[in-house]
Amino acid sequence: MHEFLVESLSGVLGGYLYPFILEGMLLTIELAILSLFFALVLGLLGAVAKLSNNRSAKFVAGLYTTLIRGVPDIVLMFIIFFGGQLAVNIIGDSLGLDYIEISEFTAGVVTIGFIFGAYMAETFRGAILAVPRGEIEAGYAYGMTPIQVFIRITFPACVRHALPGFGNNWLVLAKTTALVSVIGLEDMVFRATQAGGSLRQPFTFYLVVAGLYLVITAVSDVGLRWLDKRYSVGVRRA
Amino acid sequence: MDFEAITSNLPLYLEGLATTVELVVLALILGMALAIPIGLLASRKSVWVTFLPKSFIYFFRGTPLIVQMYMIYFGAGQFEWLRESFLWFLFKEAYACALIAFSLNTAAYTAEILRGAIIATPYGEIEAGRASGMSGWLILRRIILPSSFRRALPAYGNEVIFMLHGSALAGVITIIDLFGAARIVNSRHFVPFESFITAGVFYLILTFAIIWIFKRIEFRWHAHLRPRNS
Repeated sequence: MHEFLVESLSGVLGGYLYPFILEGMLLTIELAILSLFFALVLGLLGAVAKLSNNRSAKFVAGLYTTLIRGVPDIVLMFIIFFGGQLAVNIIGDSLGLDYIEISEFTAGVVTIGFIFGAYMAETFRGAILAVPRGEIEAGYAYGMTPIQVFIRITFPACVRHALPGFGNNWLVLAKTTALVSVIGLEDMVFRATQAGGSLRQPFTFYLVVAGLYLVITAVSDVGLRWLDKRYSVGVRRA
Repeated sequence: MDFEAITSNLPLYLEGLATTVELVVLALILGMALAIPIGLLASRKSVWVTFLPKSFIYFFRGTPLIVQMYMIYFGAGQFEWLRESFLWFLFKEAYACALIAFSLNTAAYTAEILRGAIIATPYGEIEAGRASGMSGWLILRRIILPSSFRRALPAYGNEVIFMLHGSALAGVITIIDLFGAARIVNSRHFVPFESFITAGVFYLILTFAIIWIFKRIEFRWHAHLRPRNS
């Protein structure tokens, strides 16, 4: 497969399309999917905290979503990437550990996950609120614990309401991964800069990368439509 | 935490703040000027008319702003004819390139918001205009646009905030906006936390200011939707 691709794509963009650029695309996709999982976990926790009766949990979650959504992602990325490196080593030093290096990839995943966790929290909060109160009460009436109610009733029922917002967040997240090229991660934007520089065709390479982002968007759209269909089973539409 | 590097560099941050505000305001004005015709064309029924504006919207909404900015800033030099044309004075400047990229990007998002608002115009409003003997142009000016702007306002407020946040990318291509100022302070004094958090606080304040401004505009424009105070 690899040899076949190298051979057949060797003439495309001076041989830079495969493996150079497409490998960068793989990194972009990996980064996006890992960040998405991180964001989903943080988003669910944030949403549950926002809806809980615990005042301090509510406050922390409110602060998290407000601060994150009020500051540009690239600024947050620099705070977490440069500052986080420093913080980890100050903590590590006091524990008597050796120098710990945070890889750019980890920093990227953590930052993007952290940012989109805030957006996901807002999406999930709205979706959970959209679950009819009676369904949740029915769960309690059967003697389920709050966790059982969440896993068996609230969560499956809120997915349908969360999907449109989730889809938007995912599409924005996928595009935000382009920022990691600034902190030196070799995603497809970074590689386009290199390849475009060496062939003196920066515009061509950026245009190709833009096209690859459109491919990611288009494929995601198909996937999201499928999910929407699946989770709307039993819902009648006009 | 060492905030001395921040206080001694406050003028730099303020300069950055001015650049950020200027860039965003100019991009929003240029973007809106482009978005109105594009949004109007994209809301037509004929596929022939909507093809170009919709492709424009699809491209600029589907690709990262940083790639668009790189295409203009680094990519323009690839074209011999552009380098020799009178337009080169624009494309060789980082500031102008960032402004062009931001304007096109916000134009696409705004056009999509407007398109959604225009196709949602209640048909009765247009019929009422016709019944009063207005021409197509007059209906557009007096009914469709004002009514759509009102509907588009909340989504546009979000877009303004996104543009503010997107404008931080200008700092990547050597422009001294808020983010650029923070980068300079960090490289001079190596205070990553303090320098970027300071920029973050400025952005946060700007974000809240935008939210407040849009609340005020909504209060006026949506006066007819306000509960009557007795």
